[in-house]
Amino acid sequence: MTSVLTQPRPIRLKGRSFLALSLSPELPFADWLSRLDDLASRSTGFFMRRPVVLDIAGLEIDRAELRDLVELLAARHVRIMGIEGARPSLLDASLPPAMTDGRTTGDIEVPAASEGVKAATDAAAPKPSAPASIALPAKAVPSLVVTEPVRSGQSLIFIEGDVTIVGSVASGAEIVAGGSIHVYGTLRGRALAGTMGNAGARIFCRKMEAELVAIDGYYKAAEDLDPGLRGKAVQFWLEGDTFKFGSLA
Amino acid sequence: MGKVIVVTSGKGGVGKTTSSAALGAALAHDGAKVCVVDFDVGLRNLDLIMGAERRVVYDLVNVIQGEAKLTQALIRDKRLETLYLLPASQTRDKDNLTAEGVEKVINALKSVFDWVICDSPAGIERGATLAMRHADIAIVVTNPEVSSVRDSDRIIGLLDSKTVKAESGERMEKHLLLTRYDPARAERGDMLKVEDVLEILSIPLLGIIPESMDVLRASNLGTPVTLADQRSVPSVAYFQAARRLNGENIPMIVPGEKRGFFGKMFGRKAA
Repeated sequence: MTSVLTQPRPIRLKGRSFLALSLSPELPFADWLSRLDDLASRSTGFFMRRPVVLDIAGLEIDRAELRDLVELLAARHVRIMGIEGARPSLLDASLPPAMTDGRTTGDIEVPAASEGVKAATDAAAPKPSAPASIALPAKAVPSLVVTEPVRSGQSLIFIEGDVTIVGSVASGAEIVAGGSIHVYGTLRGRALAGTMGNAGARIFCRKMEAELVAIDGYYKAAEDLDPGLRGKAVQFWLEGDTFKFGSLA
Repeated sequence: MGKVIVVTSGKGGVGKTTSSAALGAALAHDGAKVCVVDFDVGLRNLDLIMGAERRVVYDLVNVIQGEAKLTQALIRDKRLETLYLLPASQTRDKDNLTAEGVEKVINALKSVFDWVICDSPAGIERGATLAMRHADIAIVVTNPEVSSVRDSDRIIGLLDSKTVKAESGERMEKHLLLTRYDPARAERGDMLKVEDVLEILSIPLLGIIPESMDVLRASNLGTPVTLADQRSVPSVAYFQAARRLNGENIPMIVPGEKRGFFGKMFGRKAA
């Protein structure tokens, strides 16, 4: 480039957060890697083009071991963009940069394997935990508004935030939201709020006929719910690990 | 260009075939050119209901596979000369239906007929999805029972996602045909009420066909109920539904709700 800079414009630096996979290796690495290989063989390309953060908090390793691990992972097409939980003295310029203040957003679903293989490996090895980290939404939480009835057999998944249904949710339908769920109609199907680990999420409905409600993994089937709630305008929330409900009328 | 109707329900035994035949005959009776197509390959029934079972030579699968021409497979009704039947194959299975083949047949039919009525098989598999695929209008046949209503709801979801209309961003016109409605049972609360079904499914109501011996009798005689006795209660209901399909605005009568003529009739039957 031969152009001359005429304007002394400052370089703009902006913060931005991304969702990354975080891998937590365990000692001995050989065993852990074989489990990782097993996961990769079940879901080809799972790590391809995904940013991965290595979480080594609590691991007693030196720089050479860490470098070996990063190389072994690179050979498996797992590219490490940063290392979390490492002592500053452990890292140098040859290793990925240190990352801090990661926030857990929940487990990333490992793609379904063929049934037989999955059953076998589930028994043999604990699932390599891959909680994603660093997601700091600075902007407003997104929401999804649906103005049509949700039909039986339909599954509406919106992990980014709240879901509002202007209509009814049919028996056999399912709403999965990262945030709260609002149903301005009859809730006959299932409502699963706060699925990405948001215990503050709530479920609201104008007429309660739900088959199942869940918040942050805690659930109640229709049978376990107070029969007096049926047909009422109700909200559900969590207090600790107990399910609470209240009338909206 | 004619209109393609799919008569569907998800659940079996709710009256799809009976309604296809009755509506087809009612529309043809009012002068339209109608073809009723049986999509229930392997379990065909429409030919029996229409009384044409002994005249079937070629069928839908023959046409799709190029073994017969469409005109060879079409059976003209003996009572109404504008009513035709395209039967399904009883010996083959639904895998013989191809998407391209069905599209060709439907396009050919709709260039000739005013109405092409596709009688869908039960379920949500290949036969049912192909029957609805090219439809302009869907008639969702539902009994006032929870299982039937939920299956219909599922089918409505598929109509809004798996049809050519839906995929091209258009809205599929959907109508609810409530069949086997028994006002006495609805009154006692052991059957869903009309407004309950409408509230759950939230699509416009095309007609309410009361449960009636006339329907069973007509089916066993191989006559669409609208041709058997045009003054019977279910027959009148089907004729009105057919006229609503044509865009006429006819007030809906909920059987049993007026304690007049209907109330007396069904009140006696329930006792």
